[in-house]
Parts: sequence; structure tokens; C-alpha cells
Amino acid sequence: MDSASSDRRTERTPLGRSAENGLKIVITGGFGVGKTTLVRAVSDIRPLNTEEIMTRAGEGVDDISAVRDKTSTTVAFDFGRITLNERTVLYLFGAPGQERFWFLWERLFIGTLGAVVLVDTRRLADSWYAIDRLEQHGTPFIVARNRFEGPAHTLEQVREALDLPGHVPLVDCDARSRSSCKAVLLTLVKYLYGIAAAQQNPEATP
Amino acid sequence: MIRPGRDDDPDRLYTLTGGRSRVGSHSFDLVTLVVSEAEPTAGMQSEHARILRMCRNPTAVVEIAAELRLPVTIVKILLGDLLATGRVSARHPSTLATPDVSPPDPRLLEQVLVGLRKL
Ligand SMILES: Nc1nc2c(ncn2[C@@H]2O[C@H](COP(=O)(O)OP(=O)(O)OP(=O)(O)O)[C@@H](O)[C@H]2O)c(=O)[nH]1
Ligand SMILES: [Mg+2]
Repeated sequence: MDSASSDRRTERTPLGRSAENGLKIVITGGFGVGKTTLVRAVSDIRPLNTEEIMTRAGEGVDDISAVRDKTSTTVAFDFGRITLNERTVLYLFGAPGQERFWFLWERLFIGTLGAVVLVDTRRLADSWYAIDRLEQHGTPFIVARNRFEGPAHTLEQVREALDLPGHVPLVDCDARSRSSCKAVLLTLVKYLYGIAAAQQNPEATP
Repeated sequence: MIRPGRDDDPDRLYTLTGGRSRVGSHSFDLVTLVVSEAEPTAGMQSEHARILRMCRNPTAVVEIAAELRLPVTIVKILLGDLLATGRVSARHPSTLATPDVSPPDPRLLEQVLVGLRKL
């Protein structure tokens, strides 16, 4: 765990009194791909860390008798926050995309606007599972390639390796850069907007 | 990412929730914003009192969990108690009304775009 939570009590920044609508975007991908870095880059607050209970079988729980039976464990995740306007606040969740966590995310992230799958081209296979599940679940997502050491591949090669359909946006990013992460989020939300507008008015061209 | 929790000694968690093990039907989302409707009173369970102090301004369930260092499920149970006795109110996310509509209303997404551009 990083130090983000150590002195957060003094740093807690409350929302304005008129805040009434919380929205969610998920940042997922393999271990060490830059999820927390991205959340930190754009968040109004320092990322916070929290946890949820998961049974050993890999499912989220409603029934905390599993806690007492010690058949459960906890999964940590981090999140940041962006105040969009007086009424609306966006939460960004950094979530590991591995298979054993996925049951939990599916439950935690019901109602999420969409997802960003971060990939590291040196370890592309780490993102396959998250992409499969998002597709299966029907959660709209984009893919952002985090440039760790200068891209050794073109985005077209990445698209091919991930077997990404042509309509899914694929962009480059530097998770440490606020402007780069902002561009990633804008890409996602514009993409969502295009889908939503087409659903509402199938005749209109975006 | 799997690690032994912070304060989550299993027996303590069980005690905190009074042995009740299920989250009620009035389910809170991670980003439901909770607002206090009452001040803490003497003799109140300390976690309940802390929640009431935190939520003088709207506070998301996930932020309460991070602040109390408790798993989200446990916090939802504590919030259920406070909601049932009218000590807090809950502002649920608009997307929760139609969780199967993905993505949601373009007008909402427009607001998100405007907000993000200001970053
Ligand atoms: N060079 C470079 N390093 C980066 C970039 N993004 C993240 N890092 C570094 O990569 C390491 C892992 O980043 P994190 O943000 O912790 O990754 P994560 O996905 O949250 O990792 P887990 O939560 O452990 O799965 C950190 O040391 C970051 O500083 C980047 O764009 N370029
Ligand atoms: Mg992380």
C-alpha cells in the first residue's frame, strides 16, 4: 500500500452541500500498469484507499457471516474524485483486472459510465481478461496504452494484438501527466456520448 | 492486492454490525452521497457518531469506508441503521435508477464533458 492514506484525515476535502449525483468511471488493467498513477493525476483529492470483503471463492459478499467464518479476505482498491459541477461528482476507481477480482468489480461497479483499460505493451496479455469481461458485460470502454519506455509498437499493432474492434478508441497516454489523463477521460466520455446519442436517436449521425 | 486488512479483525467487524450479517434492501451504492440529518448523541456507537460528523456535507459511501478504515460492506450495514432511524438521508446516483442503460442519458454525459474540460 502506498502512503496516500496515511495523513488523509487532515486532508479530507468535503463536497459542497449541493452535491447530489455521484458518477463512476473504472480504470482497470494489469498489476503495475499505472492505474493509481492515472487516478492521482486527475483527482481533486489525493487518492484514497479502501477495501471490500471477498469470499475465498472470489465473490463479493452481502453476507458477512463469511467474515466470521474466516472464509473471506479483503480486496483493496483506490479511488479519486473530480467535482464536475455543484451537483455532480465523478469518482474514478482503480481496479485490478485479474480474473480472481472480477466477480467483485462486477458488483461494485454496477451503473458505471464506462471504463478505461490501461495497457503496457510489454505485458499486453495482462489486459485480455479485463477486456473480455467488459465486452461480455456490455460496459463501454476505451483502451489507453501507457507509454512506459517509448512505444516499441504502433497503435495499430496494439489494436491487432488485443483484437480490438475498430469502434473501440485506442489512445496513447502518460499516466503521470494530468493533461494526458484528462485527454484519456475526454476520449472515453465522447465515445460514451456518441453511443448514447445514437441509441436515443438512431437516425441522426453523430 | 489481497492483504490482511487494517482494522478488520473478523470478530470486531462482526461486533460492529451487531451480528447482523446482511445489507438491507435499501442498498447503498459506492457513490451514494450520504447526508447527516441529526447530530451524534451521547452513548451512540462511535462509528455511527463518526459517520454523522463526516456527513454534515454530502459524503460518498466509499469515502466513509476509507475514512473509517472499514470494508464497504460493513459501512453499508452501519449506514442502513442510520437511514432506518432517519439520522441520515441518501442521495443515490441517477445512473442507479436505470443500471442496465449503459451509457446513460447524453445530457448527463454532456455535463461530464463540460466538467472534465475545465480540469
Ligand atoms: N515511466 C513511466 N512510469 C510510470 C507511468 N505510469 C506509472 N508509472 C510507474 O509505474 C509504477 C506502477 O504504477 P501504479 O500507478 O502504481 O500502477 P497500478 O496499476 O496502480 O499498480 P497496482 O495497483 O499495483 O496494480 C509506479 O512506480 C509509477 O510511478 C508512465 O506513464 N511512465
Ligand atoms: Mg494501484
